[in-house]
Order: sequence, then C-alpha cells, then structure tokens
Amino acid sequence: MSRSDWEVVIGLEVHAQLNTASKIFSGASTAFGAEPNVQASAVDVALPGVLPVLNRGAVERAIRLGLALGSHIAPKSVFARKNYFYPDLPKGYQISQFELPVVQGGTLTIRVGEGDSAYEKTVQLTRAHLEEDAGKSLHEDFHGMSGIDLNRAGTPLLEIVSEPDMRSSAEAVAYARALHALVRWIDICDGNMQEGSFRCDANVSVRKWGAEQFGTRREIKNLNSFRFLQQAIDYEVQWQIDTIEDGGTIQQATVLFDPETGETRMMRSKEDAHDYRYFPDPDLLPLVIDEAWIARVRGEMPELPAAMKDRFVAELGLSAYDAAALTAAKEIATYFQAAVDAAGSNIAKLCANWVMGELAARLNKADLDISASPVTPAQLAGLVSRIADSTISNAIARKVFDALWNGEGATADEIIDKQGLRQVTDSSAIEAMIDEVLAANQKSVEEFRAGKEKAFNALVGQVMKASKGKASPAQVNELLRQKLAG
Amino acid sequence: MINASLPALRQALDARQISSVELAGLFLDRIEASNPALNAFITVDRDGALAAAAAADSRIARGEAGPLTGIPLAHKDVFCTEGVLTTCGSKMLSNFVSPYDAHVVSLLKQAGAVSLGKTNMDEFAMGSSNENSYYGPARNPWNTAHVTGGSSGGSAAAVAARLVPIATGTDTGGSVRQPAAFTGVTGIKPTYGLVSRFGMIAYASSLDQGGAFGASAEDCALLLAAMTGFDARDSTSLERAPQDYTAALAQVTADRPLAGLRIGLPREFFAEGMSDDVRAAVEAALEQYRALGATTVEVSLPNAKLAIPAYYVIAPAEASSNLSRFDGVRFGHRAADYGDLNDMYCKSRAQGFGAEVKRRILVGTYVLSHGYYDAYYLQAQKLRRLIAEDFRRALTECDVIAGPTTPTTAWALGAMGDDPVQMYLADIYTIAVNLAGLPGLSHPCGFGAGALPVGLQLIGDYFAESTLLATAHGYQQHTDWHRQHPAAFV
Repeated sequence: MSRSDWEVVIGLEVHAQLNTASKIFSGASTAFGAEPNVQASAVDVALPGVLPVLNRGAVERAIRLGLALGSHIAPKSVFARKNYFYPDLPKGYQISQFELPVVQGGTLTIRVGEGDSAYEKTVQLTRAHLEEDAGKSLHEDFHGMSGIDLNRAGTPLLEIVSEPDMRSSAEAVAYARALHALVRWIDICDGNMQEGSFRCDANVSVRKWGAEQFGTRREIKNLNSFRFLQQAIDYEVQWQIDTIEDGGTIQQATVLFDPETGETRMMRSKEDAHDYRYFPDPDLLPLVIDEAWIARVRGEMPELPAAMKDRFVAELGLSAYDAAALTAAKEIATYFQAAVDAAGSNIAKLCANWVMGELAARLNKADLDISASPVTPAQLAGLVSRIADSTISNAIARKVFDALWNGEGATADEIIDKQGLRQVTDSSAIEAMIDEVLAANQKSVEEFRAGKEKAFNALVGQVMKASKGKASPAQVNELLRQKLAG
Repeated sequence: MINASLPALRQALDARQISSVELAGLFLDRIEASNPALNAFITVDRDGALAAAAAADSRIARGEAGPLTGIPLAHKDVFCTEGVLTTCGSKMLSNFVSPYDAHVVSLLKQAGAVSLGKTNMDEFAMGSSNENSYYGPARNPWNTAHVTGGSSGGSAAAVAARLVPIATGTDTGGSVRQPAAFTGVTGIKPTYGLVSRFGMIAYASSLDQGGAFGASAEDCALLLAAMTGFDARDSTSLERAPQDYTAALAQVTADRPLAGLRIGLPREFFAEGMSDDVRAAVEAALEQYRALGATTVEVSLPNAKLAIPAYYVIAPAEASSNLSRFDGVRFGHRAADYGDLNDMYCKSRAQGFGAEVKRRILVGTYVLSHGYYDAYYLQAQKLRRLIAEDFRRALTECDVIAGPTTPTTAWALGAMGDDPVQMYLADIYTIAVNLAGLPGLSHPCGFGAGALPVGLQLIGDYFAESTLLATAHGYQQHTDWHRQHPAAFV
C-alpha cells in the first residue's frame, strides 16, 4: 500500500498570546524579554492569599476573534481550574475555560496551494477559550538544578481549537497562516512566533479512504513555525502509516517534534495522561458578556480580510487572485487601500500591480516589511497617477520609483520635474528626433523595408534613447510608421 | 480597662485617660502572662504594636481618631501581615513572612487599630477544635483542659481571656461562631462577599469569609464595620455601600427592644443531637427573647441534614486545589533532602502538612477525579442550592433564625480521638449557613455542664448583619452572659 491509500486527518489547537499590556489575572506587565522574574507580581508568584482579577482587555480580544470567525460569543462562560503540579505553574493549577468557553463555533476560509491548483476550503472552529500561560523552566546554567522564570506566568492566551477538518499538512499550514494573519489583522496578538506568541499543537491521525471513524490521534505539541508544522505533520503521517502497515497500532499520545532530526518522539502516552480535575474556579465569577459589550466591540472592529477581498473585487474590479494576495496581511491591505484612496479607485488595478510587483520585489530584496516601506502609499499613488495620465512611461516610472525609494524627492511630480522626465508629446519634437535617427540608421531602414519587423523595434529604441526615454512610446511608434511608410 | 467595651475604650483614649501605647502595653503584658497557659497566639508583635500605638496616639492628638484608632486587636494567623510571620497554623508556612497585607489587615491599619499579634488556628483553618494547629492547640480559658473550638480558636480564646478586646477570624463552616460559642464571646460571620478574601489564605474559596470576635455585639459591630467594603482585588467582593452597624444598634433602646421581631426556630435544629445542657441554655435564651418582645415561629430546613456531606465534598475539593501552591518551590517548607522534582514535592508536602490537611486534600482530589466529579462535586453543588432554598423559604416566615450554635459545649482536649467524622458533626448547625452564603452570629447565652459557655446562633437573610447585631445587642442589653469572664484569667 502507498501513502495515497490513506486519508490524513488534522485538527489544530493554536495558542495565541493576547497583546494586552498586563496579564490576564494580575497587573504585571506582559512585555517580552525582561530579566527573569521581574514581571512576576504576588498574584503571578501565587503567594498565599492572593486572588485573580480578570483583565477585560483579554475578554475584548476574545470577542474580537469570535466576531471575526462568525462564532457564538457565550453570554456566560466559566473559568475552571486545570490542576497539575509543575514548578513553572505557580498555583499548581492553570486557570482556563473547560465546559463553557467564551467563543463557540465559527469558520475560517483558507486558500490552499498556488496558481491553478489553488483551492478554497472552509475550516470549522470548535471553540476558543481564555486561559493563562505558565512560566518557563530553564534547565541550562543551573548545575543540575532548574531555574524558574515566572515573567510569562499569567500572560493571557486564547486557545483556538479547530475541528479535525484539515486533510494535508498543506491545509494545516494554510489554516495556521490564515489564523495568524487574522489575529494580527484584528490586533489581538502580535503573531511573533519566535517569542512564542503564536504556537500550534497538531492532532494528527490517518485512516483508510472511506473509513467512517477517525484513526487514533497523536498530538504534536508546541510547533512554533509554519515550516516545523509542515515537517512535523509530514513525518508524523508517514510514521503512522508505516506503523499501521507494519502491523502495529497507533496509541493515543502526546509527542514532541525535534527540528534537529525532523522526527516526532513520544512525550507521554494516554496512560500517563494527567487527570486535571477540572472544576469551576471559585475565585472568579462566571464571565458575563452582554449584547451591548459585543456591539461596542463590533463597532471597533476593522474591516475583515474576507469582506475587504470581496470589496476589492466588486468595487475596484480586481481579480479574485489579486484581491486575495492584497488581503493576505493587514499591512499590505492597509498600504494598498491608502494608495487607492490617494490615487482614485479608477486606477486601483494599476496600484495593485505596483504594490504586488515593483514594491513587493524591492521590499523583498531589502528584507523590509511593507509597513517600513521607504515609498509611502501617497508617493506610490502619485507615481501611478502619472503613469495613468501618460505623463511618464512605465520605464520612466521605474526610474521615478527608484528615486522615491532613495529619498531623492518628496513626490513623483517633484522628481519628474527636477529630472526633466516628463514625457515628450510634442509631435514636431518627436518627428525631429525620428528624422535624425532615420538619417543615422539607414541600414535599419533598409532592413525594415525588406520586411524585417525587428529592425522597426531597433529604430523605436533609438528614438526612445534619443529622447532619453521621455518620448511617449505609443506616439513614437505611430509617427515612425508614418515616416517609414511616407 | 481590661473588660471595657470598645466605646468605653474609645472614650478613655479620647479623654487621654490612657494612651494607646499604654493600652497596648497593658494587653501585651496580659498576653505575656497568659499565653503560655492558653497558647492563643502564634506570634506576638510587641515592637510593631507599640509603634502602631504611638502612631495612633499622635492621630488621636491631632483629633483625627476613628472608632478603632488606638484599639488593640489580634489577627487570626490566616491573614497575611506584611513583615510579620504568617503561618496559617502550619509547618508549611512556619517560615513565611508575608510581603503584603491582607485587605482586612490594611483596612484595620488604616483605621488606626493596633495589632498585637497573630492568633492560633487549626492548620489552614481545617478543624473544629484548634487541635490541628502545628503550634499545638489553643486552650479554653474557661477550662484549659478543654478545646477552644476552631478553626479560629486562638482569636476566640484571646478575646474570652481579655488578652485583646477584639480579634479577626474566618468562618468556612463555623470557624468563627463555633469557637465563639465554646469560649463565651460574640462572633459574627457576615454575608459571603462582604469581607474581602484578598490576603486571607484560602481554604475553601466559595465558603471562606472573614468575621469578627468581640465581647459583645456592640464590639463586633465596630470591628465588622471596619473590615467590610468592596475590594477590586477580590472578584467575589460585593460592591455595596458601607453599613453603619453601630447606628442600627443605637435604635435598640426601648424596654421591649425586640418587639415585632419574628424568630424562626428550625424544627431540625431542635430535634435529637443537641445535648441537654445546651438545650436548656438555648431554651432559656429564647424565653428571654420572647420577654423582650420577639415572637418565635417554627420553621423547617429539611435539607439542613445534608449540609455536612455537601460541605465535606465542596470544601475539600476547593482545598485540594487551593493548597497546591504549597509545593516547596517558591516559599514555605521545602524538604531538606530529596532526589528528583517529584520527590521534592512529596517530601515537602508530606512534612509540611498535618494529618487533617492531608486527609482533606486526598478527599478533595478524589471527589474531583475523572469519573467521580459528577457523583460527588456536582451532586454537592445541587445540595448546596437546595440548602440555600430552604433558608430563603424559612426567612420569608421570620426575620431571623435562631438555634444552638453547637450541639455540645467545648469538649476535652483529645476527646474526639481519631474520629474525624465525629468532629465534623460538631459543625452541624453552622455549616449550612456557609453553604448558603448567609450571615450568622453566635452570642453567649449561659453555661452548660462544667461551667462551659453555651452559644446561641442567629442566622439572617443576605446583608442582614445589622438585624443580627441589633437582635443580639437587644438581648445583651438585658442579660449579662457576655459580661462573664473566666476567673482564672480575668
């Protein structure tokens, strides 16, 4: 049997760190990278007698996600204690949500693959719940002991759980990327995967095509890059198929992915699984979210990527592909929207070409994020407008773009004027240049007359060169043909 | 001075008949003299007390004194006190000096009250006799061979022996009212949510509530008024306007101060289980209440008998989780020798916790375990609602509910032996009140066999603290049980 005999089933649990200034149950800062334990308050250290107080900002972020996914936002949800002992879990329990999560259901539409084989798929969400992060155990540099850093303890997390709807690592990665873009889009998470702000657990199983029941799953913990997510799933899928085909069975387990070896290895089996003894946290009242609160948050929501994409197609006449590319990240969409606002929606397509073409290439080459682009949306709009009104050609436009990129002028118009790049449209001036070129290139003229079209292009090039690129190529074409025919 | 009421002490301080420093010194000397026999205090903070008293004296001199400025008090060792050892009666915290004050502690500091020290208690407030303290049992001033009750036994004994005029306590299943009854003082547990639990080391979070001990309802009213108030740091703290309990007492002046008051007597509380001497004292007190103008009516709390089983599921469940933070990692006791991490946890907790605490952690862990949760924890929560419903119904037929605080008077040290269930039954009349979240008060109403005090419990509707205090005050205006003192110490 081969891999194609097997259907892969994947569900993802994503832990998104919410970008609140303070922790979910204490006033301590959530900033990353401080000296160990300086951002651990009495509550985070779990001193005797301290109590949690819920951060409303964390709840609002959960509501935002719920609205973005079209989920049910529970009017009443409950915080529960998940009990287990670990040194970086100061209370001996994690405050989480269990039976009644704040966000229930919802969908996320993803785009999988590139080009003609690309397809859309809608992934169902199970739930998203609020919880607190644990601290960190540091096992190096302590001479056989472990160090505990509680700075991260109490950082708000939203655990976003999907249904087992993904059928390949590519779908899983597309889902994770779309969710990553979304949480940044609605500004609830900074998405910094190196700092652990967005971490994925993948539940993976395989079954024969047509099988009604899911296979036994194994959960790959803590994948903090899309590449690792893909590698880990691919390895795990192959391992499960090989195991079954070799006559083995899959045991439910939690596994870790080792980026060094590219393999997954067992962390604990189902038998070792904790009994977390969940029960409602008596220190916290049920979380009540009324319609007014939801309405207020809805009023503060930005336009969502799906809506924006549809609008780009409907109102700006972009292709679905372009609209999807421009709404893949909020920064790109924001840039594009600002450029269109300045240039006018009638030349939106030209703006789109420049944003996805020249600008994207230059940013990529310079390794810059679009939000750090040296060319502002207004500057790009000014440039594109001059192409549209034939003040400059595309070739000159690239020169002007370079100049803007290098800070040689504040606007495209300034650079065009300063450098004398305005397109020459005076036909007598162009005719004069044509006459000179024809006189100096008799050989090409003869070749053209002998039927060589290529020679015409060479002559156009010479005229353009003579005009220092400023002549309108269309006009040069037209006048040159008249002259040669005459 | 030693036996003076708080208003009398207030007057003496304001009239400069005595300074706060002198008053603190007087009580500190009494503690020094009597604590070896009573073991009511775990920590005596003489230096801190004298400094606070000096500050109170200057405040009085500036004319800025409040009702409690310069008044000595003691805190149950369950309350965190900045810079002062806070043990919770446990070896686990025998080295724990809190870096912060509990809300109650800071409120009383702001009021200018002078804390003399920390009182003995059952370990982590688990117990009904104070015999579960790592520091040894507090002893009953009326007979030091007998228990004080618990878990706030040290506070009760200290007030009874006049080692301090007033003291704080906490009440999870009767831990203020039961020791108040056993030692012949007045104690009140308010409605759940009135006193902030911030800085009060948690036993069972949904039941724990701070309370007050004093010689009289009047003294309790003054202390309780200073302890209550919204605290944003406790999510279960209630946002309510502060109540002037003393003003409610001031209205109790007529000859028949309790005219019109309907007292409900739960049939179930007067059935079997109550000892004869307690019954006699309680019946006599009810007769006195009727003489003061109250009427009595029989009510029923049919589910009250389920309070103990419900409590001994819910409280240990919460405790098993609340006490997980005592792992030897960040503070508290850590075993001296251990192998790996698990060994450190096991040894530190095995050494740091006493038998009753371990028992409740085990019970709590069991009832929350997968497959048992529904049968125990959820079932107990249902019982809890039924019990609360009973009270709601009964309180439509009466203004307050009255009955014995405890089935018996204080037993002899060690008399309960190794039978925890027997001890649990001692809280049969008090536990239901915590499950319902209602306020309860115990006041002395006579003596039983062996000249040991008997307490009468009053239970009110939510936020009826003023009614309870005024009712007890009316009774105390016409009786002198609350003015009886144990001769060996006073």
